[in-house]
Amino acid sequence: MNPWIVSNLWLIPALPLAASLCILSLGKAQRSPAALLAIFAQVAALVLAIVAFLPTLATPGFRAVHNFTWFTFGENAVRIGFLLDPLTAAMLVMITFVSLCIFVFSTGYMAEDTNFSRFFAYLSFFSAAMLGVVISNSLLLFFVCWELVGLASYLLIGFWIHKPTAAAAAKKAFITTRIGDIGFFLGILWLYGSSGTLLFYDDGRGALEAAALLAIGSSATFIALLIFCGAVGKSGQFPLHVWLPDAMEGPTPVSALIHAATMVAAGVFLVARVFPLFSLGAVDGVTPALTVVVWVGVITAVMAALIAIAQDDIKRILAYSTVSQLGLMMVSLGVGGVAAGIVHLLAHAFFKALLFLGAGSIIHGSHHEQDIRRMGGLRRLMPVTFATYAIGMMSLSGVPLLFSGAWTKEEILHGTAHWHGSPVPHYLLLLGVVLTAFYMTRQMIYVFFAQRRSTDAAHESPRVMTIPLIALAVCSVGLSVILTPAWPWLHEYLLGRSAEFHLGRIIQPMLFISALLVGAGIALGVLLYRSVGTTDPLAQKQPALFGFLANRMWLDELYGNTVLRLSAFVALWSDWMDRHVWDGFVGAAGTFAQLTGIVSSGVDNAAINAGADMGAGGARDTGRLVSTWHSGQVQIYLRAVAVGTLTLLLLYAWLA
Amino acid sequence: MISALITIPLVGALLASIAPQNRARTVALAFNFLAALLALTLWRNFDSGAGGLQFVERYAWIPAIGAEYLLGIDGFSLLLVLLTSLVVPFALLARPMSRGFCALMLLTQAALYGTFTAHNFILWFLFFEMSLIPSFLLIKLWGGEERDRAAVKFFVYTFLGSVAMLLAFLGIYLVHGTFDFATLATLGKTGLLTGNAAWLAFAGIFLGLAVKTALFPFHTWLPDAYENAPVGATMVLSGLLSKMGVYGFVRLLLPMFPNEMQAIAPWLLALAVCSILFSALAAWAQSDLKRMVAYLSITHLGYCMLGVFSIGASPSQSLVETQAALTGVMMQVFNHGITAAALFYFVGLLEQRRGSRGIADFGGLMQRTPLLCGWMSVAVFSFLGLPGLNGFIGEFLIFKGSFALAAAATSVAVFGLLITAVALLRGMQALFSGPLPENGGAFDDLRRGELTVVVPVSVLMLAIGIAPQWVFNIFNATVVQMARALA
Repeated sequence: MNPWIVSNLWLIPALPLAASLCILSLGKAQRSPAALLAIFAQVAALVLAIVAFLPTLATPGFRAVHNFTWFTFGENAVRIGFLLDPLTAAMLVMITFVSLCIFVFSTGYMAEDTNFSRFFAYLSFFSAAMLGVVISNSLLLFFVCWELVGLASYLLIGFWIHKPTAAAAAKKAFITTRIGDIGFFLGILWLYGSSGTLLFYDDGRGALEAAALLAIGSSATFIALLIFCGAVGKSGQFPLHVWLPDAMEGPTPVSALIHAATMVAAGVFLVARVFPLFSLGAVDGVTPALTVVVWVGVITAVMAALIAIAQDDIKRILAYSTVSQLGLMMVSLGVGGVAAGIVHLLAHAFFKALLFLGAGSIIHGSHHEQDIRRMGGLRRLMPVTFATYAIGMMSLSGVPLLFSGAWTKEEILHGTAHWHGSPVPHYLLLLGVVLTAFYMTRQMIYVFFAQRRSTDAAHESPRVMTIPLIALAVCSVGLSVILTPAWPWLHEYLLGRSAEFHLGRIIQPMLFISALLVGAGIALGVLLYRSVGTTDPLAQKQPALFGFLANRMWLDELYGNTVLRLSAFVALWSDWMDRHVWDGFVGAAGTFAQLTGIVSSGVDNAAINAGADMGAGGARDTGRLVSTWHSGQVQIYLRAVAVGTLTLLLLYAWLA
Repeated sequence: MISALITIPLVGALLASIAPQNRARTVALAFNFLAALLALTLWRNFDSGAGGLQFVERYAWIPAIGAEYLLGIDGFSLLLVLLTSLVVPFALLARPMSRGFCALMLLTQAALYGTFTAHNFILWFLFFEMSLIPSFLLIKLWGGEERDRAAVKFFVYTFLGSVAMLLAFLGIYLVHGTFDFATLATLGKTGLLTGNAAWLAFAGIFLGLAVKTALFPFHTWLPDAYENAPVGATMVLSGLLSKMGVYGFVRLLLPMFPNEMQAIAPWLLALAVCSILFSALAAWAQSDLKRMVAYLSITHLGYCMLGVFSIGASPSQSLVETQAALTGVMMQVFNHGITAAALFYFVGLLEQRRGSRGIADFGGLMQRTPLLCGWMSVAVFSFLGLPGLNGFIGEFLIFKGSFALAAAATSVAVFGLLITAVALLRGMQALFSGPLPENGGAFDDLRRGELTVVVPVSVLMLAIGIAPQWVFNIFNATVVQMARALA
């Protein structure tokens, strides 16, 4: 007997969705009802998420589904459903909780905005779509919600639509992710064709269960890679990562919610969800599909960390950091550490949301200044923001012992060290650890330490904004309790096992290695930036390298000058072909017909009257009608038609 | 019943043409209301469990040439009858027009009802051609700048196609002595004609339908016609008239020429893919909103053609996939009818307010007319196949079927989804965002009357996107029967 919540999981996304529709219909003027409604729906969703969490706690490896028919075409049913397992439950709690923090924060951050209520409608809509992704037990429903997430992201990035940059960024995000989705869509079609179902689990008949996997066989590699295309787009993996930094044009709470904690993690979640397809036929945990995942992840992780070093926009640094961390999660999935990757995803959601909201608080407090070079010394002016931001920074960098990020990163590195594919990813990730600590130290010094480089008076944000920061900071630290190797509760919970406590296991060689690397990164950062002026020390020492990184490795320019130019050219070419070639044929045919008509006009009159009575009855009548309406060209055309008619008719008689 | 359905708009046309100038639209709408009621009654009494023809009316007409007055409705016909009853009033509401316009619209409607319900070639062809004349006049008399050229091109091009089709059917008649669709479909299984005659007949019918559907490269009349037609006529042209071609492909070509279809399937699929990709690309390059939507219409019809041709490519491979593709095609026909009409409606509103429809003539609308932008977005996202809205359902099923039946063509064709999004979002960005252009003048948001038109249509798109079963119920049994017959 399934718990009540399984068949009612839809309520969790339905609540924010309903809130969103209500807010939209309330109109612009109802500001506080809008915010209250959105927050209330989010609280209710959080409560339901916890209700859903409970049965998965009680039974390790709990999995329950509720499937039903969406529609039938011909004699076939398309079935979709909901799924509750530890992965879903953990994601539900994380999303609803982080969303709630961000919603509350937004009431302060967006207080001045004229479209305040519309903002909450969009946020709620986003939350609904994201929760829908998580509870899907069908790749089709997953895709539906996934696209709606993309729509919500489009609306929110372009929220300040009067800014042309925001509108362009929204379009770029939608289209770049849709490139990946084309692959994803093909993967869905292929999977549907070869397994006959798109349900993940269906009492042994689901696409991820033994029977279907057997039927899929060797095409699993292609299906998995096509599906991975979708994940690459959504999770900002190389080479489709270019939209994510631009997406920072949206309001900062949006960046925190969508482009740090939830939507971009959906790609990782997708790979984790359909992992059996990726790992089908694995030898020593290595398959071609998984190897691709690893390498894409590694390239993304290192490349984005490098680019983050040379950015000056506080949000862009965090955006590249997110890209890099998502790469890390992908690597973890690729080497088989699904649970480790998801654990990092969950921990990352808290501290990255914290960092983004912190950045929002900084931006809000310093009058919409986003350039870290014009900040500095904010430590004293914004103490709460500083303290919480520092916690976020240390979690992200992976400062050992206290902070959640350290444990999860260690777990991932543990996995890569033992991967049978290649040792290179492991070492590249170690480099990534150093880089992460380095760029975060640089940012901290620029923003909070050194002397103030701006004359504007900065101020601490109101309580409605600092309390969510504190809540997220507490979580970032507190989560450590269930993440340590001594008691890896979350990890084991996701794997469907119960964790045992062994204090001795807390000391792992990887702990020392990563502590050393993090220390090196921070030390390097402090050394370089301790007396930072208006110009970047790194830019002084290595101008070429810094320029290369500051310009995002020229990737946007590369795409702009190749793919975009080419496709714009092909579009113009298509239009030209249409006007001149395809329509040219029509014109030529018309001229030819006209000529024929003139030449044979003497002959054909009799022929029409005699021969076409039966054959072109309809044609002639209509033709006559028309020719009375419109003398000239049409008449000549029709005469030609009649000649052709007769010729063809004769041809028929001869053939038949 | 069906004869009454066809007669109502005819009577309406008569009355509208003699009504006072400012009452003509009311008269036309009243008759549309009657027709819609009758169509709903048909739907109500329709046995959705049966795949064959219902409400059959059969009378001898001209026995000498095998012409019968044969009307009937199966699921596919009913779907299109309902669509017609929906789109024509929608188009009439687009803008107040004179009595001549209203009368011609009603004439077109009668022709459409006839085309979708006639099952004897002679009768069918009569209606098929009858739709052409009022459309020609609508473009010619109320069209835009290049109306003369566009109207003549539209007429002559589609008419030539029709002549080819007529000849093909005459050829078939000479051999088999029948114009009855059902009989011909049964004969088609064993090969209707042999040798070159079969290919000639196939080519004739194919040409007639391909021109009507605007299949690449027979599509060049469409952008001109859609661009220059008055907005109401464009809605009917795109929403309904283009469906006659698709209807013909499913009703005639698929069952009658399975061998020919299969033999040249790779070429046909290539044409469908070209239709999808090149028109989407061309849409991207347009600077005129109406023309852009016109090109995207070709793309959407291309999806239908992809479905039809993939069935033609391997009809007996898998019943599931054939059913998926057929269902998808029918669903797409319905959805495109609604969505394309809606988009043209919005383009019409914009043109009415601004006096022009160049993409660059607009900007910053979101700040000024949030309601217009919001509701227009629904249509736009439906057009680009966003899940949750109606467009996705049909496209998903077409692609599901065609991927299994013709994987290579489908893998290329899905990029149409991407390019469509690029073209539409480019338009949206230019319209909605950024600063307002100079000399903006008065630019109203949606008025109450416009909202009462827009909201139900948008709700319909949403309803089909979320719970499409009620639409599938109309034609599921017909799909099953057709798929069996094709296998």
